[in-house]
Amino acid sequence: MGKFKKKKRETGAISTASLPDIVFMLLFFFMVATVLRTEEEMVRVVRPEASEIYKIEKKHLIRYINIGPPQDKRYGTEPVIQLNDQFADVAQIRDWVENERLTLAEAEQTKMWVSMKVDQDTKMGVVTDVKQELRKASALKVLYSASSRERTN
Amino acid sequence: MADIAFLLLIFWLVTTTIDSDEGVKRQLPPPVPPDMEQQEVKDGDVYNVRTNFRDELLVEKEVLSIGELKDGAKDFLIATGTGLLHPERPNVTLGDDNMKYPERQWVRKVDLMALEQSYIAAGQPKAAERVREKLIAIELFGSDYKELPGSALISLQTDRSTSYDLYLQVQNELEAAVNELRDELSLAKFNESYASLEERYGRTKEQSLLDKIVAIRLVYPQRISEAEPRDASQGYY
Repeated sequence: MGKFKKKKRETGAISTASLPDIVFMLLFFFMVATVLRTEEEMVRVVRPEASEIYKIEKKHLIRYINIGPPQDKRYGTEPVIQLNDQFADVAQIRDWVENERLTLAEAEQTKMWVSMKVDQDTKMGVVTDVKQELRKASALKVLYSASSRERTN
Repeated sequence: MADIAFLLLIFWLVTTTIDSDEGVKRQLPPPVPPDMEQQEVKDGDVYNVRTNFRDELLVEKEVLSIGELKDGAKDFLIATGTGLLHPERPNVTLGDDNMKYPERQWVRKVDLMALEQSYIAAGQPKAAERVREKLIAIELFGSDYKELPGSALISLQTDRSTSYDLYLQVQNELEAAVNELRDELSLAKFNESYASLEERYGRTKEQSLLDKIVAIRLVYPQRISEAEPRDASQGYY
């Protein structure tokens, strides 16, 4: 008795040598699929859905106007306009357009896009005001930011 | 090694967003000079779309739901041009007294050739160029076609209290109407959808593709005009 020792079979630990490869792969995926966050979003925007979607290829030509209720409740719940990291007034839009235009190369200044990211529950009044200002500033190429959906029927 | 990679990964996750720059594209009209004259427009030439503070649609004096808008706009655009380029499309019934449609006019090769010569003789190369585009279109279609009168357009008037969502849906449906008609024509004539023509032209910049695109646009121009804003509280209802 006792002559037979039960042999315990050791299961080797799973090799983690390939772990860095996997993580790097993930990293590269995210680097390709995302863009650097350029500005802090200070307003809450739920984009409406649309089917006739246009995608701008040259991202450096786009400037953003965000309109929606402030993230921070202390600023109230009425929709506000956000230009470059700060709340703004409709009257400031024309100056803003001029300044943003100067950040582009001279040959591309007429090709600037203004992307309007507007919360879907916003009333049109403020949006119309912004559009009128954009017209006065001759920033006529506008993209109404939306997420894509299928065409109905 | 894995730790460093994880660290990098997490850094990247925090500092980036999956942000897509896509949406509905629009060209705003330039500001109106104060001394501009009001243009006379024929009654049937304008397709009036109005939205109110309760997010309801008034289209040509009728209350429509957003789902019906696209077909209404399509009828407006093809009404008097049916049977010409889409043999399979049934004619729109024009009997309704409340609804008037713009009268499409023939664009004929013989007239255009004479017109082109007269423009060249008068030293107006730009006007001649526009006539030339129509001639190319006739060549591509293999027949004369009918065009919308210059004053035909879709007019959109939004109340200040309409929600942005409805506004965008209206814009979207109106654009969908034009795009669907363009696709239909393009498939019938060139065996390729209009969207695919545009996409291929964007990549290759081939002149033959541009000619096709221009031809289709001549038949179905996208003319959506937004009225100068008015406030309901100032009593136009």
